[in-house]
Amino acid sequence: MTKYVLRRIAASIPVLLLASVLVFLLVREFGADPARVRCQNSRDIECRRRAREELGLNDSLPVQYVSFMGDFLQGDWGESQRTGRSVGESIRGDLWETSQLAFWGVLFSGGVALAVGVYSASRPYSRGDYMFTGLAFAGIAMPTFWFGLLTIQYLTFELQNLFGSTEPIFYSIPNPVATGPVEYFRELALPVLVLSVQLVAGWSRYQRSSMLEELNRDYIRTARAKGLPRRTVIWKHGLRNSLSALVTVVALDVGALFGGLIITERVFSRPGMGTLLLSAVNNGDTQIVLPWMLVVGAIIIVFNLLADVAYGLLDPRVRMT
Amino acid sequence: MTDRHVDPAKRVRESGTGAASPAGTSALLDTAVATAEESFADIDEPGVRPAGSNWRLVGRRFLRHKVASASLIVLLLLGTAAAFASVVSPYEFNPTLTPEVLADARQPPSWEHPFGTDKLGRDQLTRVLYSLRKSLLIGLGVALLSVVLGVIVGALAGFYGGWTDGALMRFTDLFLVVPELAVLLIVAKNPDPSFFGIFHFPPATEVSGMILILAALGWMAIARIVRGEFLSLREKEYVEAARAAGASGPRIILRHLLPNTVGPIVVFATLEVGLAILAEATLSFLGAGIQLPEVSLGNLISDAESTVGTDLAYLIIFPGLTLFLIVLCVNFVGDGLRDALDPKTTR
Repeated sequence: MTKYVLRRIAASIPVLLLASVLVFLLVREFGADPARVRCQNSRDIECRRRAREELGLNDSLPVQYVSFMGDFLQGDWGESQRTGRSVGESIRGDLWETSQLAFWGVLFSGGVALAVGVYSASRPYSRGDYMFTGLAFAGIAMPTFWFGLLTIQYLTFELQNLFGSTEPIFYSIPNPVATGPVEYFRELALPVLVLSVQLVAGWSRYQRSSMLEELNRDYIRTARAKGLPRRTVIWKHGLRNSLSALVTVVALDVGALFGGLIITERVFSRPGMGTLLLSAVNNGDTQIVLPWMLVVGAIIIVFNLLADVAYGLLDPRVRMT
Repeated sequence: MTDRHVDPAKRVRESGTGAASPAGTSALLDTAVATAEESFADIDEPGVRPAGSNWRLVGRRFLRHKVASASLIVLLLLGTAAAFASVVSPYEFNPTLTPEVLADARQPPSWEHPFGTDKLGRDQLTRVLYSLRKSLLIGLGVALLSVVLGVIVGALAGFYGGWTDGALMRFTDLFLVVPELAVLLIVAKNPDPSFFGIFHFPPATEVSGMILILAALGWMAIARIVRGEFLSLREKEYVEAARAAGASGPRIILRHLLPNTVGPIVVFATLEVGLAILAEATLSFLGAGIQLPEVSLGNLISDAESTVGTDLAYLIIFPGLTLFLIVLCVNFVGDGLRDALDPKTTR
C-alpha cells in the first residue's frame, strides 16, 4: 500500500513537470503579452520595451521557463505587480477561502447526490426516478453564472421583500463585520447552493448507475431470498458496495473545484482562487498566473491520487501493487 | 503498469493510461463516457443491411424518443428564428439611439417587446436572437473542429497502439490536468493570438477565434472514446481480412474502423455543442469573449448584472432562459441519439 502510494507520487512528478511546460507555453505564448497588458493605459512608447526588459520577456521561452521554475521551486514566487503583495501569501490566503466553499459544497452535494442516487436506483423507471433524471439534465444544462444571479434575485432580494425585513436572509456578498455560525451560514448558503447544482446533477446520475449495477448482482438476490428486509439490502449491502465509484468521482471533481470556482466567487464577490486569477488576468498581473496554475495543477494531481487510493481502500477486489 | 495492477480510474471511466486521470471533463461527459462505453462496446459488424436503411432505422428510433424529438423541433425553431433574425424581428440589435428608441427604454415584457427593452430602449428579444446565432454557430463549429482533432489523435493512438498510443495519450492526459476555465480565460484575453508569431489567429472576441480556442481545449473526450473503440475494433476479423487483402493503415482507419465508430462520435459531438455554448457564454460573461457592442448571451447578462434586485431583472432572466433551453435541448438530442444508435435496442 505505502509502496503503491509512493510509486504513484513518483509517477505524478513528471506529469506535473510536463503539465507545467504546457501551462507555461499556453500562458506565455497563447496568453496576452504581459508587457502589452501592463502598458495598456500608458502613452509612453518606451513603456513596453522597458516592461519586456523588467519581466525578462526578451529571453527565449526555454530560458524563461527554466528561470521561472528555478525560482518557483525555491519558494521565490515573486510579488504581485499591482499590489506588491507576496504571491505565495495571496495564494495561501485565497486557497483557504476557496477550501471553505469547496468543503461545504462537496459535503452538501455529496449528501444530496447520494440520497437522490439511492432513491432512483431502488425505484428505477418510477415517476420519481424520471423526475430526478429530468432535474439532472436541467442541472447539467444550467449556466452557473445565470443561476447565481437568479438566486440573488429571488433568495436575497425577493425573499427580503416578502418578509419586509431590513436586511436579507441570505447574503449575496460576504459580510465583513459578521461573525458567528449563523452569519457564516447566511453568507455561504447561496454560493454553496450555486456550486452544487452541477455537482449534484453529475454525481446523482453516477450513484444511480453504479448502484443499479450493484443491485442487479447475485448476492443482492441471495440477501433478499434469505429474507433480509429490502431496506437492509439497499442501505447496507447495495449502498456500501456502490460507494467506491462515487467516492472516486467526488475526489476527482474536488481537485478540479479549486481552480473551477471562478464563476461562483465572481458572482458572489467572494475572495478566493477564482477571484485571484480573474483579477490577475484582467489587470495583467502575470506574476500570479503561473504559480496559480501550478498550485491548482498540483492539487488536481493530488486528488487524482487520493481518488485511486480511496478506490483501493473501499473495494477489496482492487489490488494495489 | 503491470498486468496485476488494476487501475481504479479505468473502472470508473475510459482512462487507460494511468498516472493522470481525467479531472477536467464535466460531469456530463463522465456519465456519458460510462454509459457510452457500455452501449457501444459491441458494435462489431457493419451489418448486412444497405447503409441507407440503417440510418433510416436510427432515424425511426430517434423519433420514438419523445423528449429528444421535441427538443430537436425546439432547436430547429430557435435556429431558424436566429438565422432569420432580421426577418423575424422588426428591430435592429444595435439601433441608432434616436429619441424614439430612447423613449422605449426600460419597458417590461409586452406583446410589442416580448423580452422587454433595455436601459437604452433596445429590444431584448432581437438582441437575444442575434446572440443565439453566434451561440449556435460557435457550438457547431467547436463540435466539428474538436471531432476532427479528437478523431485524428484517437485514431492514431488506437490503431497503431504501443509507443504511439502511449505518447498521444500522455499528451491528452496533460490537457486534462490543466484547469480548463482558467486557461480559456487567459488565452481568450489575448487580443492578438499567434502560434509562435508565425500564424496569427483571430482573437476570442470574434466568433472564429472563440471556436478555435474552445476546440483546442475540447477534443480530449472524443480522442479517448475513439481510441477505446479502435483498440477493440482493430482486433476484429474484418480488419484482419482487410489487412490480409493488402489494405494500408490509413485505408483501414478510414474505410473500416471510422464508419463503425460513427455512433459514439456523433453522441459526443452533440454533447460538445452544449458544452461549447455554455463555455462561450461563461467567457463572455467574465469579459473574455465576445465584447459589446457585438452581442452574446453571456455579455447580455453581464451587461445587465446591475439590474439584479430591481424591476429590470427580466433583462437577465430571458437571455439566461434561452441559453439554458438550447443547452438542455442539445443534451436531450444527444441522449436520444445515444439510444437510437445503440445496437442493443435494435428490434
